[in-house]
This record gives sequence, C-alpha cells and structure tokens, in this order.
Amino acid sequence: MRAGSKLGFILLFSPLILWLGLLIIIPHIDMFLISIRERVGVGKYDTSLANYLTFFREPLYMLTFARTALMSVLATALTLVIGFPVAFYIAKIAKGRLQSALFLLCLVPFWVSELVRTFGWMILLRETGVFSSLLQWAGLADQPVEMLYNDVSMMVGLVYTSMLFMVVPLITTMESLDDSVIEAGYDLGGNGISVMREIVIPHAMPGIVSGSIVVFMLSLGNYLTPTMLGGKDSLWFTELIYSQFIVRFNWELGAAFGFMLLLLSSIIVWGTLKLSGQTLEKTMG
Amino acid sequence: MTLQDLEIQNLTKTFDAFTAVDNVSFSVPAGSFFSILGPSGCGKTTIMRMVAGFIDPTSGDIRIKGRSVLDVPPNKRPVNMVFQHLALFPMMNIADNIGYGLRRKGIAQDEITRKVGEVLERIGLPGIGQRKVNELSGGQKQRVAIARCMVLEPDVLLLDEPLGALDLKLREHMKIELKSLQAEFDTTFVYITHDQSEALVMSDQIAVMNNGRFEQVGTGQDLYYRPETAFVAGFVGDSNRWRGKVTRAEGGQLQITTEAGLTMTGSDQGRGLSVGAAADIYVRPEAIRVGRSADELSQFENTMRGTVSSILFNGAASRLIVRAENGQEIEATLPQSGEFSGISRGDALHLGWSGEQANAFAASDDFTKVFE
Repeated sequence: MRAGSKLGFILLFSPLILWLGLLIIIPHIDMFLISIRERVGVGKYDTSLANYLTFFREPLYMLTFARTALMSVLATALTLVIGFPVAFYIAKIAKGRLQSALFLLCLVPFWVSELVRTFGWMILLRETGVFSSLLQWAGLADQPVEMLYNDVSMMVGLVYTSMLFMVVPLITTMESLDDSVIEAGYDLGGNGISVMREIVIPHAMPGIVSGSIVVFMLSLGNYLTPTMLGGKDSLWFTELIYSQFIVRFNWELGAAFGFMLLLLSSIIVWGTLKLSGQTLEKTMG
Repeated sequence: MTLQDLEIQNLTKTFDAFTAVDNVSFSVPAGSFFSILGPSGCGKTTIMRMVAGFIDPTSGDIRIKGRSVLDVPPNKRPVNMVFQHLALFPMMNIADNIGYGLRRKGIAQDEITRKVGEVLERIGLPGIGQRKVNELSGGQKQRVAIARCMVLEPDVLLLDEPLGALDLKLREHMKIELKSLQAEFDTTFVYITHDQSEALVMSDQIAVMNNGRFEQVGTGQDLYYRPETAFVAGFVGDSNRWRGKVTRAEGGQLQITTEAGLTMTGSDQGRGLSVGAAADIYVRPEAIRVGRSADELSQFENTMRGTVSSILFNGAASRLIVRAENGQEIEATLPQSGEFSGISRGDALHLGWSGEQANAFAASDDFTKVFE
C-alpha cells in the first residue's frame, strides 16, 4: 500500500516535474549561462557581464525597454477600464441565456489564430481599409487615411488581444459576490458610485489583480501585434530580442535581453501585488 | 388616531400573468413586532422587497409614518433590511460594516466611531469592531446585521427570514434575543418567515399569507385558537383533519358525518355552514383528551375508543397515534402528568374533545395541503 501510493505520487507529479524541468528550468539556466559569456575569439568565450553592460550603455535598448514597460502598463490599464464594466454587466446584470451568449461573444474572437485576428484589424485600419473608405464616403476625409502603424493602432490591438484574459477572472470573482450584498449596500444608503467603490471593487480585487498580471505579461511578451500594427517608431522589446537571436545571430545579447525582460515583469508583478495588498496565492488560487 | 409606522394599501404586484401579491392591505403600529407568515412562494418576500424599494408595486401604496414612499429610491427610504443570509460586507471589518450607512450619510468619522461603539455595546458585543466578518459565530453575525441597520435609526426594520441559516438550538435562542433587541431599540420590526414558531414566539401581530393574499391578521392566540380559514387552521399548529357533510346545524353547533362514517360535533364559529354542505373539520392533537375509561371523558361531545398504534416520543411534545375502531388514525398529545407514563403499543384508550374545539370550514383544497 505504502509503495503503491508512492508510485501514484511519482506518476502524478512526473508531468509537472518534466514540464518545469524541460521547458522552464533547463532552458533558463542555459539562457543565463549564454547571457554571461562574452565572445573573445572564434569559438572562445569568457565569463563576463559585457552583454548586460551593452544593454545599459545603449540608449536605444534602454528606451525601448522602458517604452515597452510603460505601454504594457497602459494597455493593462485600458483593458481593465474597458473590461470591468463588460464583466460587471455579464456577471451581475445579464441573466440566463443573455449571460451565456455575451460570455460566448467574448470568446468567439479566440477561435481564430492571433495572426488572423490581427489581419482583421489591418483590413479595418489600413489606407484602403473599411474605416478609411467610410470616412471618405461620408465626406469627412478627402483622401485615404492611414490609421495603421502607430502607437494607437498597436494599443488597440494589444487591448483587443488581452480582453478575454481580463474579463474571465473579473466575471469569476464578481459572480461570487452575493446579489444581496449589493442590495444591502443600496439599502443602507449607498449610491451606484459608493457601492462600486466600497463593495464591488474590493470584492473583485483578486480578479482585478490576477487579470492585470496576465494581461501585463501577455502585452510585455507580445511579438505579433507590435510587429504588425505598430509603426517604425513603435519598437517593442521583444522585437529587439528577436533581431538579436535571429537577425544578428547574437545569442549572448539576446539572452541578456530575455533576462532583463524576465526581471522587469517580475518586479512589476511583485510591485502590483504589494501595492494592492494582494498575495499571489489569493489572486491565482 | 395613532400614527402607523407602516401602512400598506391595496398593494398588488404582478409578474406577467402571475399575481405574486394580490391586493394586500395592513398597517403596523409604531414599536410593534409584525410578522408575515406563509409557505415559500406565497409572496411574502415580494411584499418585503416592495417595502424596501427593490421592486415597484403594480398598484397600491406604501406609507411610512404617513408619507408615501413609492417615489423614494431604496437608498433614501427610512427602512432598512436584514437579509436572509445577512449580506454582511466580507471585505470590511465589523466596525466598517456598521459604519457603512453612517459614512453614506456623511457623518464625521469620530461621530461614526462613537455611534458604532454604542451600538456594539447595545447588542452585547463590545470591542469586536476590528474583527473580520468570518471570525464571528452565526449568532454574532445576526446581531451585527441588526446593529448595522439599527445604527441608522430606521422607522421600520425589515427582516427576511434571518434565522433560516442557523442551527436549531441557536435559532431557539435567537428568537428570544430578537424579541429583546426589538424592545431594546424600540423600533417597528416587520419579520417574514415560513416558520410558525418564530412568528408565534416573537410577534405582536401575525399575518398569515397564502397565494398572494392575507388569510388572517391577528395575534398568535387568534391564529392558533380562532383560525378564520381552513388554511390558517392547517398551517398554524398541527391538526387532525376529516372531510364530511353537515347533517345538522343548530346555533353554531354542527353535526357532521365524515367520509369514514363517523359522526361528530363541530363548530363553524359563525361561518354559516348549512345542512348538506361539504365541510372539513380540524381538531388539534392538544385539544384531544386521553382517558382510560369513557366516564372520564363524559363532558365531551365527541368521544371515541381506540388502541395505541404508535407513540411519537418527543419530550414535552410527545404524541400518541391512536387507531379508532373504524380504522382511522388520530393524533393526540400525550399528557406528561405521569398517569400515561407506562403506556405502550396496543393499549386500549378513550379519546374525547369538545365540539367547540372541532373547527369546521367549508371544504377546500387546503384540506390536502401538506407543509414542510
């Protein structure tokens, strides 16, 4: 019996161990080792922090890094602002079939690949696209309008891509809020704003934080949307990593960039948790 | 005329084709404990939600201290509600829960702190302000939920089956406690419940509700001793029930022959049942006297012989089930004075009850209703 349960334990945990070991720990150790070596000659390497120094010394890298972080925070905030009312409506106001229909509607865009979804935005926003034609037809523009390849179009794409990952945790936490608690809030003299501020938002806080963390990480690590919808000036840090690895074949610098990105997202997630007074286990569990 | 705290006039609420509340009128005098008692789905919660302002009535008027509140939103009405599952705010501590309504009124923080401290004192839980909601016991939560409303000094406090979630022992205790809290705060309580014992123990006035209408409004004694309808007779307390036909009617005294062929004397309390009418008779188990011989029961109009078919022992509320000679089973209260302590199954017994205690109503559907 004792041996049997031990075997069961090993069998249950081996996929997890394999997952963690093969896909996360080993590649990261290797990445780290690559990032701290410096090429001094053909096939000759020294251990040094030269790659990290390059990162800090080159303004383009630093600027792109900071910009990516800020834009990701902005995208997360926008997703929250747009997603919260949507989630509140689905969780608390819509009932029965309407509720499931609306929820499904949030899910529908994710049935096609991210690439196709992003092409959808390009069809809408490009110079010869739907919006441009509509504006010309309505007489609001006298020549084709290019709405692609700028920060706004990139932000639209990022928010759209992330919406579901914000809405789902929000709906889950808000559904667990008893309707009578909201009613009690009104009954005791509260209005819409104070009930929202004192009751709904504090209750939804774990969902807000976990949704924000997921959306932030997705935006920070997104490659496709900034590449396709962003312009020449909308450089994303993942694009730098890509070019180091693939274009420049400079794995050492690419790996250092990768580690900086990991560090950044860890710091920002930790900071958000500290600021909101939440713990990781409360928001993820 | 004394001012009524709450007056309901011809209140009606229909949901599509379904009439949840059907032309109900009542008034609750200041400082009294009024209960609405009825089975689930009878419309009592709908009345309460209309008074609180969460549902608009289809027609009729709701007046609080003489002023109609129909166009007053729930957050401005001088009524507060204790919800079925209390609806304490889990994200706040006890002091913030109780202070919530005061903060909404824009009262200064030190005043709020003082009032919260005072009300915690009054409910007998001083110093728990900093605790979290889930650290309290069921009974403590109950008191905090009441305090959260009472600190706002509402004209009327509505309570929506707040004892439903408690276990039996605590519920018994809270009944007494609620009554004394009501006396302590001297506020009008409107209490809805499906539990007759809660209503009977606590209320000054009880309205029995069925299918959206009030069947009878009165004190607990009125409902128990003088039910006006078959529904009330069946719903409040237990009853032996027989269906039969009136064979003689003389000055309120009726002679009724039951379907099983028994002839018994009953009273219609002025409901005017005439000869030949179908009637239902309700006799409470506690109105039936048990005796060893027929002589002991000679003062009763109705007597019967039978054998004990089972004993339902439940302490002071123990019952006997007696099988009469014609095979009918009758429930009677087992006297606890000692003379029947040795009774066992199969013993021969005599039963007797007065015609006054046999309540006869015109036959209705309520006869076959069973309530949980």
